[in-house]
Amino acid sequence: MTTLTVPLPSTLRTGLSRGVVEVKQFFRERDAVVFTFALPSCILIMLGFIFDEPLDGYADVHVSQVFAAGMIAYGIVSTAFISIGVGISGDRDDGTLKRLRATPATAGAYLIGKVVLVTVTTLAEITLMLAVGVVLFDLRLPTDAGRWLTFGWLLALSIVACTLLGIAASSLARSARSAPAVLNLPVLALQFSSGIFVSIAALPAAMTAVSSLFPVKWMGQGFRSVFLPDGLAAQEVAGQWEHGRTALVLAAWCALGLVLCLATFRWTDRRTR
Amino acid sequence: MAVIEVHGLRKRYGRHQAVDGIDLTVERGEVFGLLGPNGAGKSTTVEILEGYRPRDGGDVLVLGEDPGTAGRRWRARIGVVLQQANDSAGLTVREVVRHVAGFYPAPRDPDAVIELCGLSDKADAKLRTLSGGQRRRVDVALGIVGGPELLFLDEPTTGFDPQARRQFWSLIRSLAAEGTTIVLTSHYLDEVEALAGRLVVLAGGRIVASGTPQTIGGRTEESTVSWRDADGTHQVSVADPAVLLGELTGRDDPHLTDLRVQRRSLEDVYLDLIGESR
Ligand SMILES: Nc1ncnc2c1ncn2[C@@H]1O[C@H](COP(=O)(O)OP(=O)(O)O)[C@@H](O)[C@H]1O
Ligand SMILES: [Mg+2]
Repeated sequence: MTTLTVPLPSTLRTGLSRGVVEVKQFFRERDAVVFTFALPSCILIMLGFIFDEPLDGYADVHVSQVFAAGMIAYGIVSTAFISIGVGISGDRDDGTLKRLRATPATAGAYLIGKVVLVTVTTLAEITLMLAVGVVLFDLRLPTDAGRWLTFGWLLALSIVACTLLGIAASSLARSARSAPAVLNLPVLALQFSSGIFVSIAALPAAMTAVSSLFPVKWMGQGFRSVFLPDGLAAQEVAGQWEHGRTALVLAAWCALGLVLCLATFRWTDRRTR
Repeated sequence: MAVIEVHGLRKRYGRHQAVDGIDLTVERGEVFGLLGPNGAGKSTTVEILEGYRPRDGGDVLVLGEDPGTAGRRWRARIGVVLQQANDSAGLTVREVVRHVAGFYPAPRDPDAVIELCGLSDKADAKLRTLSGGQRRRVDVALGIVGGPELLFLDEPTTGFDPQARRQFWSLIRSLAAEGTTIVLTSHYLDEVEALAGRLVVLAGGRIVASGTPQTIGGRTEESTVSWRDADGTHQVSVADPAVLLGELTGRDDPHLTDLRVQRRSLEDVYLDLIGESR
C-alpha cells in the first residue's frame, strides 16, 4: 500500500504552505486589513497632529516624534497579539482548526503558519508606521548600526512575546465574536498606562509601577531609544533607556507566553467535546 | 479485518447520555448508513470514530487503531466531511483543494478531484461566493483529496435542492465504486435508501434497528393489500399477500377496483422505529 511507505510531508513544509494561505486570507479580508492594520497609523496621525508642539526642554524634538517612536509598540501588539488572538479564535469558530485536526497536519504546522503571517504583517505594519512617522512627523531613522541592532532584538523579542501571548489569549474568548472586545480591553488599558498614547512622564508612579510588569511599557521605551536622541532617556521612568532590563522582561514574557500557550491551546472550542 | 469495529460505545454530556451502548461493524468497501432524527447521537458517534471526541466507554477500532490515540499516519488514511464547515471563505476552490492535498503523503490530483466533485467551473471562485450545495461539494473534495480508504460524511446533503442531491448521490456512488469505504449519516430516508448497502437506525443514542434498506425493521415481513368493492374500501396487512390476492380475484366480483399491494414504505418503518424509542 503506497500510503504506508511514502513519508508524510514535514511539519515545516506544511507550515510554510499554511503561511502562504494565512497571508492570502489576511490581505483578502478588507475589514481585517483596515482595522488591525491601519488603526495604529490612524491613531498615530491623530495624536501626532494634536500634540505637534516642541517637547518641553528639548528644542529640537516634537512631542509627535515621541509618539511616532513609541507607537511602534502598539503596531506590534496589533498585528501580533490582537490579530493572532482574534484569528485563532476565528479558526476555532469557522472550523479551520477542526478540519486541520482530521488531517495529518500538525499543531506545529498550524503555528508555523501563524508565525509566517505575523512576521509578514508586522513588518508591513512597522514599515507603514515608520513611513507615517518620517513623512508627517520628522521621525529620524537612525544611521548607526548599534541602534539598528537594538531595533532588531527588540523587534524579535516583541513579536515572539506578543504572538505567544496572542495564541494563549485566543482561548480566553468564549467565541470569535467576543474575541476582539476581550483582547482589546487589556491592550488599550496598557497603551495608556504604558505611555504609548500619552507621554510616559505624565503618568502617576503607581500606574507605571503596574504597567512595568507587562511587555508594552518596555517595548515602547525600547523603540523610543532607537528613534529618539539619547537626551530623551531622562523622560523615562528610570531616567535611562534600560536596554538590559527591557531584554530581560521581554524574554521572561516569551517564556511565560510559551508555557501559557502549551497549557491552554485547544483545537476546538468548549462546545464540541 | 473490518474497517470499523465498535462495541458498547458510550458518551454522555453532563447528565445527558448521548450515545448509550452502540455496536457496529463496517466492512471494507461498503457504504454504511447511520440514520436517525436530529439529536439521535449520529454526529457524536462519527466524531468519536474520527478521533475528535473522547468516549466514556466501549471498544473502538477504526482501521485497526483506537481513534483516541491514533497518529498522523492513521489520519492520512481517513477522510472527514463534517456536518458544518465555514472555513477558508477567502480562498478559491483550487487554492484550498491544493493546499489540503499538500498535507497528505499520497494525495489525489487536486484538479481531478475538483472535476470529480463537479466544481470545474467554480475552481477559481472564492468559497464565500459558492451556494450551499457547491460549498458542500468543496467539503467533500477536501475530504477525499488525501485519497482516503475510509470516508466519513456527516449529513452531507442537508439544505440541498433535489437536483443537487441527485448529483451528490452519484458522486458518492462513484467513490464507492472506486473502493472507498463510506460511513454516511443522514436524517433523510431516501438518501440512505439510495446509497447505503447496510444501515442502522439510531434513536436516543441507541440502535433501534439494523439491516439493509430492503429488510430493515422487518420491512419484508408484511405487505398491505387494499381494495375497493361494493362494501367500501378495505385494507389488510398480511405476511403472504399471494393467498389473499388469489382469494380476491377468485371472487369474480365486478365491483372490485383499486386493488393494490404495498410493501411497508421505509418511511413507515422508520417512523415506527424512532417513535418506539421516544
Ligand atoms: N458538545 C456537546 N455538549 C453537550 N451536549 C451535546 C454536545 N454535542 C451533542 N450534544 C447533545 O447530544 C445529543 C446528540 O447530539 P448529536 O450527536 O449531535 O446528534 P445528531 O448528530 O444525531 O443530530 C443531542 O441531544 C445534543 O444536544
Ligand atoms: Mg449531527
